[in-house]
Amino acid sequence: MTRQTARILALHGGLLAVLFAAQFVLPAYHHGNLARIMVLASYAIGYNILFGYTGLLSLGHALFFAAGMYAMGLGIQYGGLSPAPAFLAGVVAGALISGALALLALRTTGVAFMIVTLMFAQAGYLTILYFGEYTRGDEGFVIQTAQRMLWGINLSDPVNRYFAAFGLFAISLSLSLWMVRAPFGRVLVAIRENEDRVQMLGYDTYVHKLGAMVVSGTISAAAGAAYGLLFGYAGASFASVQYSIFPLLWVLLGGAGTVLGPFIGTLFMFYLIDLSSGVTTAYMLIAGVVLVALTLFAPQGLAGEVRRRVWRGLP
Amino acid sequence: MELGPYILLASLEGAVTAAVLALTAVGLSLVFGVMRVVNIAHGEFFMLGAVIAWWVANSIGGPPAMGFAAALVIAPLVVGTIAAAADMTILKRLEYDPERTIVATIGLLYILQQLTLMTYGPDARPVEAPFNQRLALPWIGRTETGWEMYYPWGLSTTTYKLAVIGAAAAVLGGVWAMMARTRIGLLMRATQADRDMALAFGIPVEKVYALVFGIGAGLAALAAVLIVPIQQAHYLMGADPLLLSFIVVIIGGLGSLPGTVVAAILIGLSDGIISVFFSPTLAKILATLLVGLVLVFRPNGLFGTRAP
Amino acid sequence: MSALLSTRALSKHFDGLVAVSDVDLDLTVGEVRALIGPNGAGKTTLVGMICGRIAPSSGTVAFDGRDITALPAHKRIGLGMAYTFQITSVFARLSVRENVALAARRRLAGGHVDSAVHEALAQVGLEERAGEEAGNLSYGHQRLLEIAMGLAQAPRLLILDEPTQGLSEGEIARFTGLIGGLRGQTTVLLIEHNMRVVWDVADRVTVLNFGEVLAEGTPQEIHENRAVQAAYLGTEAG
Repeated sequence: MTRQTARILALHGGLLAVLFAAQFVLPAYHHGNLARIMVLASYAIGYNILFGYTGLLSLGHALFFAAGMYAMGLGIQYGGLSPAPAFLAGVVAGALISGALALLALRTTGVAFMIVTLMFAQAGYLTILYFGEYTRGDEGFVIQTAQRMLWGINLSDPVNRYFAAFGLFAISLSLSLWMVRAPFGRVLVAIRENEDRVQMLGYDTYVHKLGAMVVSGTISAAAGAAYGLLFGYAGASFASVQYSIFPLLWVLLGGAGTVLGPFIGTLFMFYLIDLSSGVTTAYMLIAGVVLVALTLFAPQGLAGEVRRRVWRGLP
Repeated sequence: MELGPYILLASLEGAVTAAVLALTAVGLSLVFGVMRVVNIAHGEFFMLGAVIAWWVANSIGGPPAMGFAAALVIAPLVVGTIAAAADMTILKRLEYDPERTIVATIGLLYILQQLTLMTYGPDARPVEAPFNQRLALPWIGRTETGWEMYYPWGLSTTTYKLAVIGAAAAVLGGVWAMMARTRIGLLMRATQADRDMALAFGIPVEKVYALVFGIGAGLAALAAVLIVPIQQAHYLMGADPLLLSFIVVIIGGLGSLPGTVVAAILIGLSDGIISVFFSPTLAKILATLLVGLVLVFRPNGLFGTRAP
Repeated sequence: MSALLSTRALSKHFDGLVAVSDVDLDLTVGEVRALIGPNGAGKTTLVGMICGRIAPSSGTVAFDGRDITALPAHKRIGLGMAYTFQITSVFARLSVRENVALAARRRLAGGHVDSAVHEALAQVGLEERAGEEAGNLSYGHQRLLEIAMGLAQAPRLLILDEPTQGLSEGEIARFTGLIGGLRGQTTVLLIEHNMRVVWDVADRVTVLNFGEVLAEGTPQEIHENRAVQAAYLGTEAG
């Protein structure tokens, strides 16, 4: 193991250790917040694989998040599934839908890719509304405590919930760290930098992008399924444009194309909105201002700045 | 009502939608055509137009026509100025990089929308139309006594709705004349054709961009002022015009103004008629899927021939 | 001797403009072939069609006896072609090492990648720069990095598009030695403007003019060919 690798493992393992230990010291309010942040950060990690590492800006990831959430939720509500197979159903739904969308959307590039993903996600959102009889539309439906018993463990209990969220986050983070250092991830980064050249090195860039989109969509769906399961609710708002913009915002803020960026961005943005929503109902104003400010002044994001100024080897 | 008169009514309502949509979409199309900028905040400029119209009409008082006339002038100007300022402070500094400008205009969308929520509030508020006579419309149908012209119950429109259609047509004519006949239109077309060449010929491209972005937003605001007596002003009203404008611009051929107008009429009319048969949600699902698929398989738009 | 690469009646029209017309080109295994011709003669278009970057209007390309006209670029590279860009096209924000590693990883894994990277960088004299960001290299060094990326693929056919453009005298000498070292193992197709390099390294020379093959032969034959002198060398000699 090189020194570089040791440092990388120490940094990312250190974060996981801190998050694991935090559950014993945090007051209840922040304890609950952090569980939520870890699930949302997993969503951001999924988004980052496509946007940060492959350079494809999707405006439709809410489709994958909601696919996971609804496949899980509807599976419990109407299919009588228990949490484990329901979660699995969510993950599979995410993989299938992201694969299907990738087949269409990857025929386009740049701005067209953004609009295509936006449109299909919007169609997904409207479909949830259209089948309001089952999905309860904007209102959503509650997943009862009794339906959230995983192998005798009550997922609505804060301690268990934190632990489950931590598990999801640890897996997502490790997967993303492993992937971006593996040959597959290196090719994704190269595609982001110069797709034409990658092709002329003999790589099938289409297949790589397809793989990136499916991995990205599947992690997003796992986060969506976990969110519904842990917090006991599925609603159409999680499929709306806003939930496609959120991971973009978190990743931009934390640092696109860095492994830690999604977590950092989610953490900051969550508390920023949490604080401002105490002052005004127009808390999305903060999101707007941050988006504009980031594109203007810090397109690299927080972890990106660290990479640029302090440690160039930051993965 | 029978189906025939019902469809006539739907087409009339559709024509109003089409007129307003054409104005909004031409604004979006102009910005995309000349600047290659996809303005996600376009719907919010529409919303601002409606909200400012309410504000102007309310603070002026007097007869409804006076407030409305003032709004018709003030709202587009104010919105255009805001847009031009946003172009000069934000988009220009991003050097119009396509992806970064989209992210920035998403930010702008939330800023405008949420500032409106903070100041104007969450209520929907009406603006009174300057005139609003009901016009009953005749229909020729078969009755017991043979073919006959009669006035079916419910088949009517208003003078105001007809005026909206007329005003939109006049403004579109004005936009066409500006692009085709004036010096500023020539500068815009030159910038659209080749930005670098335009720069080399000493065209003040930055000013042209700010102007185009302002005009684009102003057109959306104008459309909103026209519609606000029919549909109330609300801080979330920008989403639908944005989506519909996208559909129109993409189907009409990206950046092509005549194509945009044709597509707006097509979509506006069919929107009115389709909603007779489908639920509005299903219609929207089909429309969004259509846009996505057109972009995938016909990236130059349904009627577009030129590469974008 | 068998042909590694053969094109038959390969043509490309852009909107009615003929860029390449009816080119038959045969490269035997192990030879170093130079492709020369005035600017706009269609050299880059021709190699673009050979490696799959540009779809031909008509004609065929065969590699190692197999018709590859319909294969996408990455599959042709997979068969053993490598192409280095005329306009430097390295991954500017990645390290020099990673640039070459990307090229090597297509066929190798694990520790073999590192040794292949090291070897390729040593061949072009960039091993000291391995840790630097490729975008920070000088133009000449970026050209050398391009070549190293080509070498790291260990191709059977190496296509170099104006590799010596922007190189210093010393670097050109090194490059000439490098190509000499490949002779017999790797077939090389070289687009080159620098006639000294052509005379030094090429086994055979093909001259392209207005998209057509004007002449083909040993450097000596081409040097003495009157048609070539008129079309090309005449202007070169000034």
